[in-house]
Amino acid sequence: MTNTTTNAKVPFWLNPDKRAIIFQIMTFVMVGLLALYLVDNTLTNLEEQNISSGFGFMDKEASFEIGESPIPYSAADSYSRALLVGFLNTLKVSFLGIILCLIIGVFVGVARLSTNWLVAKLALIYIEVMQNIPILLQLFFWYALFYEIFPSPQTALNPMDGVFLCNRGMALGVPASHPVHKYMILAVIAGMILSVIISRWARKRQNATGEIFPVLWTSVGITLGLPFITWLMAGAPTEMNLPSLQGFNFRGGIMLSPEFIALLLGLTIYTSAFVAEAVRAGIQSVSRGQIEAAESIGLRSAHILRMVTLPQALRIIIPPLTSQMLNLTKNSSLAIAIGFPDFVSVANTTINQTGQSIEGVALIMGCYLIFSLTTSVFMNWYNKKSQLVER
Amino acid sequence: MAQIEIDRDYIATLKPPVIKRGVVGWMKDNLFNSVFNSLLTIATILLLIKVVPPFFQWAFIDSNWFSGSDVCRDSEGACWSVITKNIRFIIFGFYPYELHWRPFSAMMILFALLFLSNDSKYWSKSLGYGWLAGLVVMGILMKGGILGLESVDTMKWGGLPLTLLLSVFGLTAAYPLGVVLALGRDSRMPGIKYLCITYIELIRGVPLISLLFMSSIIFPLFLPEGLTINKILRAQAAIIFFTAAYIAEVVRGGLQGMPRGQYDAADSLGLNTFQTMRLVILPQALKIVIPPTLSVLVSAFKDTSLVVIIALFDLLKTSQTVLSNPKWMGFSPEMYIFVALLYFLGCFSMSNFSRKLERQLDTDKRT
Repeated sequence: MTNTTTNAKVPFWLNPDKRAIIFQIMTFVMVGLLALYLVDNTLTNLEEQNISSGFGFMDKEASFEIGESPIPYSAADSYSRALLVGFLNTLKVSFLGIILCLIIGVFVGVARLSTNWLVAKLALIYIEVMQNIPILLQLFFWYALFYEIFPSPQTALNPMDGVFLCNRGMALGVPASHPVHKYMILAVIAGMILSVIISRWARKRQNATGEIFPVLWTSVGITLGLPFITWLMAGAPTEMNLPSLQGFNFRGGIMLSPEFIALLLGLTIYTSAFVAEAVRAGIQSVSRGQIEAAESIGLRSAHILRMVTLPQALRIIIPPLTSQMLNLTKNSSLAIAIGFPDFVSVANTTINQTGQSIEGVALIMGCYLIFSLTTSVFMNWYNKKSQLVER
Repeated sequence: MAQIEIDRDYIATLKPPVIKRGVVGWMKDNLFNSVFNSLLTIATILLLIKVVPPFFQWAFIDSNWFSGSDVCRDSEGACWSVITKNIRFIIFGFYPYELHWRPFSAMMILFALLFLSNDSKYWSKSLGYGWLAGLVVMGILMKGGILGLESVDTMKWGGLPLTLLLSVFGLTAAYPLGVVLALGRDSRMPGIKYLCITYIELIRGVPLISLLFMSSIIFPLFLPEGLTINKILRAQAAIIFFTAAYIAEVVRGGLQGMPRGQYDAADSLGLNTFQTMRLVILPQALKIVIPPTLSVLVSAFKDTSLVVIIALFDLLKTSQTVLSNPKWMGFSPEMYIFVALLYFLGCFSMSNFSRKLERQLDTDKRT
């Protein structure tokens, strides 16, 4: 009796391995042909419209003004400089937005779980309303509030000392610049480094002798105390640089444009609702038994929070939180709708002036891809680190 | 031994002490259960008193509902007449005035289908066919040109029907594409797998607005000379390609949740890959991911508002057009509150529905 399965010749289209190779080759050929067709069309069209391709335009003079810029910029600068300004503006608004939305989001998320009925319901309303209204609409709303509802600088609203709200934006009082500020920042950094050293030393000592050192309070004390001492040593300067009305606008202090505030406010409020949901889900995911177990081995409530609840909750919270941070950064591209000069907005102006639409859109996509790739590298690292080690 | 007489009937009629029941008991349990909570409650109530009555006064008591804009300007309250006087333009945009019944009935068909789909006991094949037929009828009603309906240029489409069309057609077309991409990403063939990963990660890494730009300025360059595709269709394509990447990730989550045994069982029955997917894996995986798919739909619905930036006249743009009329300038808060309310109703009911489904479909936890 012969073994038919080994002897019979299997036709190549029934062999899964060969079939897979053929299928892949076919797919690539099709995708390649499509790409070739599109590129060919594009090149023909560009040639007809007399648009040269390439990034040569980047060095040409931009000749458009940008409303606000963290670095010196004038219309005589190059397009690359203008795009850098846009990039920095995107970074600025995203960075501030991320910090603010984390603070508000954690606060609302905890309030959502409060045993106080009123507070919990208010947090719920906040989350539901803000999540379900498109961010673009929220941006338009905040922007309209500034340019339509708020009065002119002469009759600016003054809700707090040193804060003025008007249709030109928000004027804020800041401490008058003083050489000691530089040293205070250095003192904060020194305090942080010292805290790290102390916590290492304390852990080593605890491992060796079992004695506990109050690391948290010492660190907070050092990080805040050092700059405070520096400030006292410099004679405790309290002079403020307050905005004051001169002519038609405010002088002094910091002037934040309505576009910037509307964008920051919209991004922060919208994203904080999602952050709050992530925080709530994370805290609720820690099972009651974990906390009871911690209580039964005699941990204090502060220790339970720090050593039992938070490490487990954070493992659940961090991944959605990072994707929300990324969403905030991507949503900052809507700045173009209210006229804040972020990267997309500057790139769009560049496209309109030079006609280099492919390069412009490629720059926009590349810029955001950098953000998201960095984030996903971080996420992979974190997921690997925080995976449950099961015994 | 002395017998203590207990009148059980009497005890049964006694009510618990007032502190444990009714409004007072509830308040003690939920608002004043600790010193901190009591302070918090009082502070919150004070804040609410400061905010809510003035808003109520502005929105309802001092407000104007049907007056002209000049009356509004003299009034302290909200001017809802900016909406009531322009409602047909806000909802239908530049669609010919006498033909408004057509987008209106298209929307009604959509709402009826949504209402039927709301209850999972009506889910059946015929509802699926109903959706397909409904979408075709909606398209015919909007476009016209056949069955004696006057043809309406797509450039005149606008307002709420456009918003709904972009999101509903966007999801319907993105769904199959997303499923294919998810299957591709899980494929054993490295070529297909990396092609799909590249597409998904590329799209998810960039903001929708860059895709919309691409569709409005670069896409025309891709086409051979003489061929043009209208703006709405191009924006729709961008939304479809964008949504598909997100659907793919959702579906992949469902595929990964399938236990290995399901594949083995299908193999042992002698099903080929296609049959395994169609008959065993996908029906289960897609059922698991219905709730997250709905939340993709919610974001797609919200994201359609971005077409404002490439100057399509969706709901947000028509309302802004009204606001740019000198007669109605300055009433943005009222208008935006109204549009926000519409979006909120849509998104909130969808996310509520998805939560309800999640509970219904959660058949594993039956004990």
